Amino acid sequence: MSNVELKDFTSIREVNLLRIKEAKEQGGKVVGVYCTYCPQELILAAGAIPVGLCGTKEEPIAAAEEVLPRNLCPLIKSSYGFAATDTCPFFHFSDVIIGETTCDGKKKMFEIMQEIKPVHVMQLPHLKDSEAGLELWIKELHRLKKFLEEKLEVDIKDEAIWKAIDTVNAETRAAKDICDLNQMDPPPLSGLELLTVTWSRSFTADKNEVTNMLETFKKRLLEKKVNRPRPRARVLLTGCPVGLGTEKVIRITEELGAAVVAMENCSGYKTLELLTSQEFDDPIVALAHKYIEIPCSCMSPNAYRLELIGRMIDDFKADAVIDLTWQACHTYNIEAYAVEKMVKGKGIPYLHLESDYSNSDLESLKIRIEALLEMVTG
Amino acid sequence: MISIGLDIGSVAAKGVMLAGDRSFKVVLPTGWSPRDAGHNIIEHLLDVSGIRRSEINAIVVTGYGRVALDEADKAVTEISCHARGIAEFYPEVRTIIDIGGQDSKVIRINEKGKVVDFAMNDKCAAGTGRFLQVMANTLGMDVSELSVAEIVEEKVTINSMCTVFAESEIVSLMARGVSKGGIIAGIHESVARRVAAMAKRVGIKEKVAFTGGVALNAGIRRALGRELGCDIIIPDVCQFTGALGAALLGFES
Repeated sequence: MSNVELKDFTSIREVNLLRIKEAKEQGGKVVGVYCTYCPQELILAAGAIPVGLCGTKEEPIAAAEEVLPRNLCPLIKSSYGFAATDTCPFFHFSDVIIGETTCDGKKKMFEIMQEIKPVHVMQLPHLKDSEAGLELWIKELHRLKKFLEEKLEVDIKDEAIWKAIDTVNAETRAAKDICDLNQMDPPPLSGLELLTVTWSRSFTADKNEVTNMLETFKKRLLEKKVNRPRPRARVLLTGCPVGLGTEKVIRITEELGAAVVAMENCSGYKTLELLTSQEFDDPIVALAHKYIEIPCSCMSPNAYRLELIGRMIDDFKADAVIDLTWQACHTYNIEAYAVEKMVKGKGIPYLHLESDYSNSDLESLKIRIEALLEMVTG
Repeated sequence: MISIGLDIGSVAAKGVMLAGDRSFKVVLPTGWSPRDAGHNIIEHLLDVSGIRRSEINAIVVTGYGRVALDEADKAVTEISCHARGIAEFYPEVRTIIDIGGQDSKVIRINEKGKVVDFAMNDKCAAGTGRFLQVMANTLGMDVSELSVAEIVEEKVTINSMCTVFAESEIVSLMARGVSKGGIIAGIHESVARRVAAMAKRVGIKEKVAFTGGVALNAGIRRALGRELGCDIIIPDVCQFTGALGAALLGFES
C-alpha cells in the first residue's frame, strides 16, 4: 500500500459494501454491530465479518417514530429506522445483529428489532468495579460465543480468538497513532477529517487492511508539511457518539475558525487506549477485562472517562471542551455535571450542548459555540 | 475615533454611535429583514449625529442578525457584547441576566469584564420576551402596558411552561373571572422563575445586572429580584447594552 489519502477512508463504506456482498454470495457470514462494547474478536474468530451499522443520520427517524416514542435518543431512532426501512445495506447483509444493554432505550428497541432480524443482546453490567459485574460480563461473552457458534455453525477455537485479539489490538494501535498526530500544533487533521478516518474504519470488511491503511496514512501525514493556519482555538469534543451525518457541532466549530483536535467519544478516542492483554490464560477472560473498561456513561462510577478527558486536555493542548449530549441520553446528560466540574477545575471553558440529529438548532448551536470561542480568544 | 455598535435582535434593532465624548442611540423594529434594519440604523445614526460615513472607523454588529450585515467590520456574539457593555459602566457586576425577544441568557464575567461562563435558554419561548408578547396579546394589551397593570397582591400561578399552553391557561383564568392584574403578576413570576433557575445553575455572583428589552418591564424586574433574593442593577439604557458593548469592542479591534 504505497499511498493512502483521506478519500480512501471516505470510500471505505462503498468499497466494503461490494466486498461484503461478494463474500455473502460465496457463503460468508456477516455480523452487524452497533456499539464498541461488542467483542469483535469473537466474530472474527468465527470466520465472519463484523460490520458497523448505520445510525448517524436523520433520514429514517420519521419512519422509526411510527413505532418508537418521539422523545427518545436520535441514535436509537436512527438505528431502528435504518433497519425498519431497509436502507442500511450493512444491516441488510447481516445474518445476525449484536446489541448490548447500554441503556434502557436500546434494550427495549432491540426487542422490537427482533421482528426484522435475529438480535442477540448482551447484558452489560453497569457496576464495572464489582466482582459480580466482571463475572456476569465473562458469562455474557461465553453466551455470545455460543450464540455465534450455533447461528454461524462454526466452532470458535481459542487460538482463533488469540489471533483475532492480535488483529484488533493492531488496528486499535494504528487508529490511536493517527489520532495522536493531532497533538501537534497546528493539527494535521481537521476534526471532520479525523471523524472520517475514525468513524469509517468500522465499516471495513478486512481489519488487517484497514490497519495497513491507517499506518500508511500516518506516514504520509508525517511526511507532508502541514500548511494550514493555526486554528483560532483547539477544541476537545466529548459526549455522545458522532458519525458522518451528525457532525454538525464539529462543522460549526470549524467554520468558526477553531479545530476539533480530538474526540473522546465512541468511534473516537474513548476505546483507543484499551488493548486486550495477552497475560490471561483464557482469551474470553482477557476480552472481558478489556471491554468492561470502556468509559461509557452507562457505567457507574465512570472515573476512567474523567481521567481520560483530563489527560486528553493536556496531551492535545485543548483550549476548550464541548460536551455533546443527544436528546434524551440521560447518562451522558447527567454525567455532564461531573465533566463540567473537572474541566472548569483545570481552568478551561466548557460548553454543554443538548441537540438531536435535525438542523433546526444550527443557529442556537452556533451562537453558543461562537461565544465559547470568544471566551478563549477574547 | 468613531465606532458604531449594532445589536440586531429578533424584535428590535438597536444602534449606538460613540464619537469622542458624544454618543447617539437609535432603536427601530427589526421587521422581516435584519440586513435592512441594520442599514437603516446606520443611516439614522449618521443623520442624528451629522457625522459622515467616511468618518466611521469601525462597525461591530451583534444579535441574531449579526451575520446578515455586510457593512460590518466584525460580528461578535451578544454574550461578549453584553459583558463588554456592562463592564464599562458597572465594573462591580459579575452576573448579567439578559432577556431579549427570543432568548434569555445568564452571563458570568470576571473583574476584567471577560466572560467566564454563560447559559442560554433552550429551543423554547418560555422565559423570553416573546412569551410576554404572546400573553399580552391574549390579554388584549400591549406588552409595554403589562407592568403598570400588574397587581402583585392578586397573583395567580401560571403552571404551563409552554407558550401555547400558557396562553390557553390564561384564557381559562380570564373565563373564571381572575383579575387581569393578578394574571399579569403570575406571568411575570413565570418568566422570572424560569430565568432565575438558569441563573442558579450557572451560579449567581453579585452584583447582578439585568439587560435586554424585557428589563424595561418593572414587573419582571421586581419578580426577578424576589426569585434571586438579591438587588438587581438596571443599566440606564438596558436595551442598548449589547449595542454599546459592540461599539466599545469596535475601539479595541
